[in-house]
Amino acid sequence: MRSILAVTRKELRQIRRDRRTLLIMAFVPALFLLVFGYALNFDVRHVALAVEDRDASPESRSLVSAFVNSGYFDFVAAVHSGEAAERLLDRNDARAVLVIPEGFGRTVTTGGTAPVQVIVNGDNANTATAVIGYATSILQTASAGLPGAASVQRLPVTMEPRVWYNPELRSPLFLVPGLIAYLTMLMSVTSTALSIVREKESGTIEQIRMAPVRTFPFILGKTLPYFVISLLSAALVFLASQALFGLPMRGNWLTLTGMLSIYLLGALATGLLVSTIAETQQVAFQIALLVSLLPTLMLSGFIFPIASMPAFLQGVTHVVPARYFLIGLRGIVLKGTGAFQLLPEFGALATYAIVVLGLASLRLARERA
Amino acid sequence: MNAIEVDRLSRKFGAFTAVDDVSFTVQQGEIFGFLGSNGAGKSTTIRMLCGLLRPTSGRARVGGVDVAGDPEGVKRRIGYMSQRFSLYELLTVDQNITFWAGLYGLDRTRLARRREFVLDMAGLRGREHTLARDLSSGWRQRLALGCAVLHEPPILFLDEPTGGVDPLSRRQFWRLIDRLSADGVTVLVTTHYLDEAERCHRVALIHGGRLAAIGTVDEVKSIFAGRPIIEVRAEQPVAAMSALDAMPEVEKTSLFGMAVHAVLRTRALSIEELRTRLRAQGITVETIDAVPPSLEDVFLDVVDKAQNARPSGGAAA
Repeated sequence: MRSILAVTRKELRQIRRDRRTLLIMAFVPALFLLVFGYALNFDVRHVALAVEDRDASPESRSLVSAFVNSGYFDFVAAVHSGEAAERLLDRNDARAVLVIPEGFGRTVTTGGTAPVQVIVNGDNANTATAVIGYATSILQTASAGLPGAASVQRLPVTMEPRVWYNPELRSPLFLVPGLIAYLTMLMSVTSTALSIVREKESGTIEQIRMAPVRTFPFILGKTLPYFVISLLSAALVFLASQALFGLPMRGNWLTLTGMLSIYLLGALATGLLVSTIAETQQVAFQIALLVSLLPTLMLSGFIFPIASMPAFLQGVTHVVPARYFLIGLRGIVLKGTGAFQLLPEFGALATYAIVVLGLASLRLARERA
Repeated sequence: MNAIEVDRLSRKFGAFTAVDDVSFTVQQGEIFGFLGSNGAGKSTTIRMLCGLLRPTSGRARVGGVDVAGDPEGVKRRIGYMSQRFSLYELLTVDQNITFWAGLYGLDRTRLARRREFVLDMAGLRGREHTLARDLSSGWRQRLALGCAVLHEPPILFLDEPTGGVDPLSRRQFWRLIDRLSADGVTVLVTTHYLDEAERCHRVALIHGGRLAAIGTVDEVKSIFAGRPIIEVRAEQPVAAMSALDAMPEVEKTSLFGMAVHAVLRTRALSIEELRTRLRAQGITVETIDAVPPSLEDVFLDVVDKAQNARPSGGAAA
C-alpha cells in the first residue's frame, strides 16, 4: 500500500513538472473538440447556386426565391447561357445550377407540367445526394401551390418521417460522443505507454525491479494518476460539448461514469501492453497512435457506419472497444438508455480490458524471468 | 559469516552461456571487485544475485537467502545502483529520497533519519530542492548511492557505478564505499577501471562467462611469479616489439601506450643483456626497467590463457 502511494505521488509530481505533457493533455482534447465539432459537419448548407432563368416571368422568379429562401442555397450568379453555367461549375464558383426553360410561367399557370433542370456537381457524392434531396423537396413544395397540382393524382400511401433523439439531424450530436471515445482512448493509451517506456529509457525501471515491490502495485500506482486525469479530461470534453453543441444528457450519470471507467481501464491496459513491446518513447508513441487512433476513428462507427463495411472489416470492429463504448455513450446521452439494456456493451468492454490486462501481465512477467 | 555464497552458478540464454559454472564467496564487510570486459558475464551474474534473473543451474545465497527460492527476500536485503544513476530527473533531491524510501516501505521517523544521513553523505545539504537533472554527474552519482542505501541494506551491488564521472568525483565516491564497508556493509562492485579494482579487498576476473582468477590484488598478480615484466621505451616501439618477440626467453609482448611490456619466461635474462641485444638490432632504447605487474597485465594474461585453452574462441567478446 505504501509503495502504491509512493509511486502515485512520484508520478503526479513528474506530470506536474513535465509542462509539455501537461499542455498536451489539457489542450489536445479542447483543440480536437473544436476542430471536429465545428469543421467535421456533414450537414450541407449554403450550396452556391447559379440560375439560368430563360423565362424571366413572375413564376420563374418565385421558384428562384423558393430555392434561396430555403436556407440551403446561396444565390451566386445569374447566367444566360449553358457555357457560362458550365464555367461556373468548372471553377467551383457554383455547386449547382438551376435551369428554368422558356415558357415556364405560361405552362404552369395554365395547369400544365413544366420541366426544370438542376445540374449538380457530383465530385462529392455525399453533398450531391443532399443537394438533390433539397432541390426535390423545394420543387415539391413549390408545385403544390400551382394550379396544375389539383390534377395530379394523390398517392394512396404517403410517408411522414419523424426523426427521434436528434430531430434536426445535427451531425454534432452524432459526432461528439464519438469524439469523446476517440480522445479518451488516444490520451490514455499514449500517456500510459509513454510514462512506462520513459522509465525504461532512463533505466529507473531496472532500479525499481531491484526493489522489493511487486509488478502489480507498481503498475497500479503508476496508472492510477492517468486514470483519474483521463476521467477528468473526458468529463471536461463532455461538459464542453454540452455548452458548445447542446449535447443532451438524457440518461443516468452513474451508468455513464461506469461505462467510461471500464472503457478507460481497457485503454490503460492497451497502453501497458504497448509499453511492454516498445523500448523507446518514439516507438511507443507510434504504436500507441496506431492502435488507438486508427481503429477508434475508422472502425468504431464514429464516422463510418459499421453496417456498411465489408464483412471482414465488420468482424474486425468486434475487437475495437470504442465500438461498444459508442453504442453505450450514444444510447445513454441521446436516448437515456438504462444500464440493463447496455449489459452486452458493458460485458464486451470488460472482456476487452481483462484480456488486454492479462496479455500485458504475461509479457511483463516474461520480462522479469 | 559469508554475505554472498555462489556455488557453480550458470545462466544460459538459448545456446549462449552467459555465466558458466561460477563459484565464489564474499565475506561480510568486504569490498569485492568483479572485473571483466563488456559482455563477460558481470551484469548477468549481478542480476542473478539480485533475484532478477533465475539461474539455469547452480545456487547462490545472498544474505543467507537463496536467490532462486526467495528473490523478494533477497531484494529486501540488498541495495543496487547502476551506472545509469536511476534517479527521476523531474523530481528534486528530496522527492527522489522520499520516493525510494516509500518504495522500500520506510516509515516517517526512519525516513527523517535516513534523509539526514544521505544528504550528509552525498554532500547535498542546501540542494534538497534542486531538480535531479540539474545536478552534476558526481552529485547525481552520490545521490543515487544514497537512495540505494536508504533502507540500510547489509549488501550493496554496484554495477559500473563510476561510468561518466570525473576522476575527482570518482575518488570521493570510493571514499564513501570505504566508509560503508567499514560500517560492515558488503559491497560487490563491477568495474572496468582497473585503478578502481586496486581499491577492492578482493577481486574476481571473469572472462567469457568463466571465473578466470580470484583473490586479493596481490594474489592475482602472483600469476606473474617467476615471470618478470620488462617495460621498454624505444624510439621504434613496433620494431622493439618484434625484436623482443623473436627472443626465445620472451613469452609475449604487449603495447601499453608508447611502452612495450615483455613477459619473460625466466629470471635468468638480465636487463643489461636485453638492452645489449636490442641495441644490436639497431633499436634506440630510451629506458628499460623491470616493473611490477599491473592488474591490466593480469587481465590481459588471463584473457590470453583463456583463449589458448579454448582455441575455438567460443566465448563472446
